[in-house]
Amino acid sequence: MSATSVIEETADVVPTPGARKPGFSPRRKASRSYGEGRRAGWLTYAVLGLVIVISAFPFYWSIVVGSWTNQIIYSSDITLTVGPNLWDSITRVLSADINFAAATLNSIIVSATTSLSVVLFSTLAGFSFAKLKFRGANALLIAVIATMAVPTQLGIVPLYLLMGELDLQGNLLAVILPGLVTAFGVFWMTQYLREGLPDELIDAARVDGASMIKTFWHVALPAARPAAAMLFLFTFVGSWTNFFWPYVILDNRNGTLPVALQGLQSQYYTDFPLILTGALLSTLPLLIMFVFVGKQLVSGIMAGAVKG
Amino acid sequence: MSSTTAPAEPASRARPNNDGGGFRQTLAKWDFKASPYLYIAPFFILFGIFGLAPLIYTAWVAVHDWHIIGGQGDFVGLDNFTAILGQAMFWKSVFNTISIFLIATIPQLLAAIFIAAALDNNLRAGTFWRMGVLLPFVAAPVAVAIIFSNLFGNEFGLINNILQSIGLDPIRWTGELSSHVAIATMVNFRWTGYNALILLAGMQAIPRDLYEAATIDGAGRMRQFFSVTIPMLRPTIIFVVITSTIGGLQVFDEAKMFGGGGGGGGGIGGADGQWKTITLFLWEVGWRQSNLGRSAAIAWLLFLLIVLIGALNFFITRRISSSGGKR
Repeated sequence: MSATSVIEETADVVPTPGARKPGFSPRRKASRSYGEGRRAGWLTYAVLGLVIVISAFPFYWSIVVGSWTNQIIYSSDITLTVGPNLWDSITRVLSADINFAAATLNSIIVSATTSLSVVLFSTLAGFSFAKLKFRGANALLIAVIATMAVPTQLGIVPLYLLMGELDLQGNLLAVILPGLVTAFGVFWMTQYLREGLPDELIDAARVDGASMIKTFWHVALPAARPAAAMLFLFTFVGSWTNFFWPYVILDNRNGTLPVALQGLQSQYYTDFPLILTGALLSTLPLLIMFVFVGKQLVSGIMAGAVKG
Repeated sequence: MSSTTAPAEPASRARPNNDGGGFRQTLAKWDFKASPYLYIAPFFILFGIFGLAPLIYTAWVAVHDWHIIGGQGDFVGLDNFTAILGQAMFWKSVFNTISIFLIATIPQLLAAIFIAAALDNNLRAGTFWRMGVLLPFVAAPVAVAIIFSNLFGNEFGLINNILQSIGLDPIRWTGELSSHVAIATMVNFRWTGYNALILLAGMQAIPRDLYEAATIDGAGRMRQFFSVTIPMLRPTIIFVVITSTIGGLQVFDEAKMFGGGGGGGGGIGGADGQWKTITLFLWEVGWRQSNLGRSAAIAWLLFLLIVLIGALNFFITRRISSSGGKR
C-alpha cells in the first residue's frame, strides 16, 4: 500500500511533469518523507467525509428543489429525495424567454478568449522577465506585482466611462477587453519559467541561429506547458464565475451566466425549482470540467501557495 | 558544452556559415535587444489601458461632480468624500462589511487549518479527498448565493425547517446579524477548501525531521501541531489572511443576491441596508443614483480600508504566531 500511494501522492504534488526541475516546489521533494505515525486513522476519514458531504450538499440540494414543484417547497416537511420534475425544470430554464442558452454561449466566448489571451501574453512577458536581460526589468516586474494587491473595483467607474467612450456598453467586448491580461498571470509565468526553463536550452537555440520569437515558440512555450495549463484553468474559472463587472456593463438580456442568473432571480424569485435549476445548470460545465482536471487544479493551487 | 553556455551573439559570429552578411547580423542584434520589450508590450499596453489608467483616473472622477447622464461636471474637491462620510448608510455598510468579513474569515481560517491537517496525512486516495474539498470553488458566487438564499429562507428554508423539527425557534435570516451569518456562510463555502489546499502546501514544506525531533522529545500529536506546525506555517497563514482580507472586504455577489429579487430589499442589501456591503453601496450610489463621482469616492475609501485592515492583520498575525514558537 505504502509504496504505490507514495508514488501517487508525489506525482500529485509535483505539478511539472514536463520540466526538468519541479518548478514551484523543489523544497517539497527534499523535505517530504512519509514517516510512520502519520498514517490517517478512521477519525481523519470521518472528518474529511463530512467536509465532502458539506461541499457537495448545495449542489445536491439544487437538484432536490429543481425536481419538485413549488408546492412541495412551501411546506415545512424536510424533503431530501429527488422528485419527478427535474426534466421539466431544466426545459423551463432552457426555454426561450430566459436566454439561458445565449448566456451560456456568452460565458464560453468570454472565458475562452480571456483564458487563451492571458496564457499567451503572460507566457510572452514571463519569458521576457525570467530569461531575457533588459534595462528596467526589475522595476517593471515589481510594478506588476504591486498592482496585484489593488482591488479591481477601484477602477470600475472609469472603466465604465471608458467603455462608454468606446461605445461598448452592453457589448461582450467590454467584458473581454479588461480580462485579456492579468498581473497575476505574468507573475505566475515568470516564477515558473525562472526554474522550469533551463538557460542552456535557450542558449542552444540561439546558437543554432533561431530568432528570439522562434526560441519562444519552440523552446519556452513547450517548457511552460504545465504552468500554462494551470493558468488557463484558473482564468477560465475566474471569468466564468465573475459577476460584478459583467453585471455593471452588460444588460440582463445579453449577459454572461451569472448576469442571466441574477435576472432570473429578480424576475422569478418565488419559482425556486426554476432558479435553483438555473444555478445548477450554470455551474454544470465547470463541474464537468472539474471531474476531468480537478487534479491539476488542486496541484495548481498548492503550487501557487506563496511562502509569504 | 562550452559553446552552448557561451553568450549567443559571439557564438553566432564565430560560425560564418550561419550568417548571411552584415544585414543579418544587425537584424540578430536588433532581435536580441528589442525582443524583451516587444514581449512585455502587449501586457503593458492592455494592462495600462484597462487596468492601470482606470485606477488612476478614479482619483479624477472622485473630485468631480459626475453623473451617468450628464457626464463630467464641476470640480468639487473633496465634497464627494465628505458627503459620503456624512451618510449614515456608508457607515452602516462599513460595519456590515467588517462584520461579514470577521464572521467569514475567522471560522474559515480555523476550519481550513483543521482540514489541511487532516489532508496532511498518509491518506488512501489522497487526490480524491483534495478534489472533494475543492469542489465548491468551481461554483459561481452568484449560483452559491441563490442556493444558500433558499437554504436560509425565513419561511420554509431547509435550515429553519430543521431547527423547527428539533423544537427550536426559526431564525429570521434577513435580520441584522443573522444575514451576516448567512452571507459569511456562502463565502466560507466557496473558499474554505481552497485555503485548506494552500495551507496544506505550506504544511508539506515543513521538514519532517522537526516532527521526528518533537516525537523524540515526547511531544504528542496535539503538542506537535501547536508547537511545530502552526509556528512553521506562519508565512502561509499570513498569505491566506491577507488574500482573504482583500477578497472579504469586497463582498458583492453574495450580498447582492441574498434575499432574492422580490420585495424585502433583495438586491440592495435589505430594506434597511441590514446586509448592504461597501461594494454594494458603491454600485447603488453609482448605478442606481447615477452618481459616479461619489461612487468613485467610495472606491477610494474602500481601498483605504483594505490597506488599513491588511496592515493591521499583518501585524496581528505576526505577533500571534511568532509568540507560538521560534523559527
